[in-house]
This record gives sequence, C-alpha cells and structure tokens, in this order.
Amino acid sequence: MRLTQGAFSFLPDLTDPQITRQVQYCIDNGWAVNIEFTDDPHPRNTYWELWGQPMFDVRDAAGVMFELNACRKAHKGQHYIRVSAFDSTHTWESLRLSFITDRPADEPGFTLERQEVEGRSIRYTTRAYSANRPEGARY
Amino acid sequence: MNAIDKTTATEPPRSRYSAGVMEYRKMGYWEPDYEPKDTDVIALFRVTPQDGVDPIEASAAVAGESSTATWTVVWTDRLTAHDKYRAKCYRVDPVPNAPGQWFAYIAYDLDLFENGSIANLSASIIGNVFGFKPLKALRLEDMRLPVAYVKTFDGPATGIVVERERLDKFGRPLLGATVKPKLGLSGRNYGRVVYEALKGGLDFTKDDENINSQPFMHWRDRFLYCMEAVNKAQAQTGEIKGTYLNVTAATMEDMYERAEFAKSLGSSIVMIDLIIGYTAIQSMSKWARRNDMILHLHRAGHSTYTRQKNHGVSFRVITKWMRLAGVDHIHAGTVVGKLEGDPHTTKGYYDLCREDFVPQNLAHGIFFDQNWASTRKLMPVASGGIHAGQMHQLIDLLGEDVVLQFGGGTIGHPMGIQAGAQANRVALECMILARNEGRDIVHEGPEILQQAARHCLPLKQALETWKDVTFNYTSTDTPDFVPQATAAE
Repeated sequence: MRLTQGAFSFLPDLTDPQITRQVQYCIDNGWAVNIEFTDDPHPRNTYWELWGQPMFDVRDAAGVMFELNACRKAHKGQHYIRVSAFDSTHTWESLRLSFITDRPADEPGFTLERQEVEGRSIRYTTRAYSANRPEGARY
Repeated sequence: MNAIDKTTATEPPRSRYSAGVMEYRKMGYWEPDYEPKDTDVIALFRVTPQDGVDPIEASAAVAGESSTATWTVVWTDRLTAHDKYRAKCYRVDPVPNAPGQWFAYIAYDLDLFENGSIANLSASIIGNVFGFKPLKALRLEDMRLPVAYVKTFDGPATGIVVERERLDKFGRPLLGATVKPKLGLSGRNYGRVVYEALKGGLDFTKDDENINSQPFMHWRDRFLYCMEAVNKAQAQTGEIKGTYLNVTAATMEDMYERAEFAKSLGSSIVMIDLIIGYTAIQSMSKWARRNDMILHLHRAGHSTYTRQKNHGVSFRVITKWMRLAGVDHIHAGTVVGKLEGDPHTTKGYYDLCREDFVPQNLAHGIFFDQNWASTRKLMPVASGGIHAGQMHQLIDLLGEDVVLQFGGGTIGHPMGIQAGAQANRVALECMILARNEGRDIVHEGPEILQQAARHCLPLKQALETWKDVTFNYTSTDTPDFVPQATAAE
C-alpha cells in the first residue's frame, strides 16, 4: 500500500527541486519549517520524532534541504520523513502545510481488527503490520 | 437650568404620548444625527415601500416594528427607558440602479437582545416586520454584530484549525462527495459508495439533506455500514477518513439519540440541516462541543429566502448567524457549480466564515466591518455540480480552507467511484503543488491537469468526460455596488 497522509501523497514522490520550491513557499509566507520522522505510521500517531527544532530563522530553503539530507542519512529506508510548516499568526497558530518526502522501500500497511460488541456495533482497531516489531527495527 | 427645563431637553413633548396613531419617524425611530455605539447591533435593510409611502417613514417603521413599537401610541412606553430600547434608523440611501428601493441603516441597543441566542436576535430583527403592509418588500442585507454580542456566543464547536489538526490534513482543501443516488439505497449498498469514495482518495463522504430514516434505509443501518466503510478505508490508506452522518430528525430527542449512536461508533463528524431551526442548531453545537464532534450544516431551505434580492434575508446574514450559533461546516457556494452564486457575493460569504476581521467591502456585499474577536473559523463547503476539470478555478476562487464536494464528479466517473475519487485527489494535489511553486494556475490550470493526467489514467478520463460541463447562468443575488450581474468565468 501507499500511505496517503500529507498534502502530496497522490503524486509521484517529489524530487528535491520540487521539495525545495515547497519549502521556499513556506519560508516566504513566514512559516517555520520542521522535519519529523517515524516508523509508526498509524493515522492517529500525531507526534513524529523531531529532527531538531522547527527552523524559525532559516530564510533559505537550502538550509532546510541540508537538514533534510542529514535526516535522510540517518533514517532513510527505515522511516517515513515529513516536512511541516508552522504559522504563528494569531487565530491560526498551527500547521499550514505538511507532506511526506521519504518513505520506507516497502509499506506493508495496516490491518483492521474488529471486536463484535453489543447489538450490531463493532469496535475497530487499526494496527500497522510493522508495529509488531520494536521501534527502530520495523522497516 | 431648573428641573423642568432639564425634562423638556431630554423628553419628547407630552404630545408624543397622546393616544392615537403617529408617524414612526416622529416617534423617535428616525434619528439622522444618531452615531451608532460600538456596542450597538446594526442592521441594514433593503426597503421597498408601497407606492406613495415616504422611504424615511417606511424605514422608521421597520426600526419601530423590529424593536419597541406597535401601530399606535402606548402610554406604557413611559414606564421604561424607552429612548434606549427604541431602534434608531439613522441613514437611508437610495439603492444604486434600483428605483424604489432604499438601504435603511438601523441601530439597536445591545440590551434588546438575549445573550447567545440566535432565536432571540432573529425574532427581533426579522420577527414581525417582513409582513408589514406599507412595504412591498423587505430584505435584511447585512448586520454588524458588535464584539460585545459576539463574545456571548461559543462559536463553532471545532473550527477550521482544530478540525485540520484532528484530521491531520494541512495545506490543501478537503475533498468530499455526497452519496448518490440520494434516496433509495439500502444501508449495505450505501456503505459501499462510502468505502469506494474514501479508499479512492476522498477525506469525507456525506449524507444528503433528505437522508434521515426512510423505509428503504433505517438510520441505524446507515450509521453501522458507514462506519465499517470509514474504518476499512482508513486502514487501507493509513489516513483519517470521515462521513457526515445526518442526524436531522423530527425531535431533539431523536437527534440526540442518533448523535449519541454516531459517537459510540467512533464517527468524527455529524450533520444537521438548516431547516431544524436556530435553537436546535445551537443545541446540537453544544452537544458537538461536549463530544469532540465536528458539526456539518447543510443549508437546506435557505434559497426560499436568500435568493431574491428584494425580499428575504441575505445568505451573508445567515452565515454570520451560523458562525455565532456554532456549526463547523456550512455550504457557502461554488461559483462555478450548478447552484446560485455570484463570485463577488460568494467571496463575501467565504470571508465571513474564515477571517477574524472582515472589513467593509461593498463590491462583495459586505456593508460593515465585522470583528469576530477570535471566534473559531467556520469551514465553507463547496458542493453541487463541480468536477476535477475546474480544480484551478475552484482553488483560485475559494482558497484552500474549504471542503470541495464532488458528488456526481466522483460517483459518475466512467471507471467507478474509486477512480473518480482518485482523479479528484490527484487534480487537487497537483494544483496545490503548482500554486505553491508560484505558477499562474488560472491560466495554466488546464495544462497542469493534463500533465498530471499523464501519470493518472482516472484523471485523464475525468477530464475527458466532463470537459464541456459548465453552468454559466447569470446570478440573481449580486452586489449592488458592482452593477453588472456576473456569470461564472
């Protein structure tokens, strides 16, 4: 399967020049760009691991790409990596853009567990196949 | 100055309260020198007096009948601080290019309204006056809601920002589809459409306004099958999905029962129709807030009173009331789709939903600065007769904080529902990518779509199927300060 979280998952994987242009768009809007990675792709896993702090003071996408490459060197192939942009504007104060830049070579996906409960109701649990292995050894 | 002089300076002459009938303008409802206070509610009416009726008298009558007055003088006014409670018409302007119509500005003291109650606000402002005989027609065009009153409402239960955080979707419009055919599917078949559309790439599917609990499908069946579809699609894609379960029903007790069941099944969103009424909407908003639920509002019925320019209530007023009442989604027009919507007027609605401060903009039909004082943002929904080939226009006109609902444009895809959903999602993502790169999507849009279609056969087929579909009819509800009626481009 292909994990479709993030803004551009239905497109072919973005090239580095494409990523650079998206990052520059975020910077030009005054947003702080941030790199995160995880090997737990569950849709409710909100907190991916931070690769350093959000880059509040980086004004050139090249600086972000340098960090992205460093993150890739450490985690590529074993982790998902995403780039996000935070907008501190009053009444927003949250993310403005988030997209996956790198994914593990093989994405086994999720199983849906059903627990039959009262009446015809069912309790659903989504479980990543990879989550059966310990963190850091999943992909 | 002695006491008697003081009284005559502030009180109208005693003859004001002699029994009988008096012109409204002479009863204090016309005050051309009045400066509205920051805390006043201001209403702007389009007044069409009967032939021979003076526009100022007609406007003063509107002020009177929507506040303290009745048709004759009553001495009991003198038991009250009547000058405070009297609404004051302070300005009457001719409507540009519309002979016989007048814009009347009327200010209402805050004490005329109950805190946090759309029922009370609307009972005052539109309660009696629309049937008043001296008027041929009357339309409530806009309202300035003072911060002091805005702050007495909770506003949207969730709001755009928190909705995005809960759904983990940022930087692009959300995608939805209304399940079709809207009537007749069994619960099991209905859930099939939901599953296919969500797995194919949509974020949401939606019940239509008139899907409640009919002989062909009991509501519990629909909820159960839909949640199976949502959860299965979520596991197939690793992405959060939802379906607006319509809990509209005959009584509040029924609606609460359905909403509770939706919650127990793990739904993130429920839906209501505008026709349930303002009080029921506010009750459901409070329920949604207590239960971490997104609340979708379908504006069923609004065109009966919003569409014609000379009579009724403008949709911009309904939008303001609904942001106060506390819904999270509202259908606000597509411009390019099959339903009424002038681009400038629609832009005005979208601003009222999404901005914290909306400045006066007559070309968009916005007559007053409106400060929302950090009230959460209301997500506009564009639904009705739109398809993937219009993606560049939709993003240009409507921005990214919007739900784009492609019902026929998903389910009617020649290769099936999943293909339809995929086409829409690819069209959306490629257009956002291009926009962010600084490309001129309005002009390059068709080419950007064709390029994306090279790696996505369903998009290619969608573009081919609907390439000539447009709904270019002249709108009826257009701003008065851009005199021409505008067809969608």
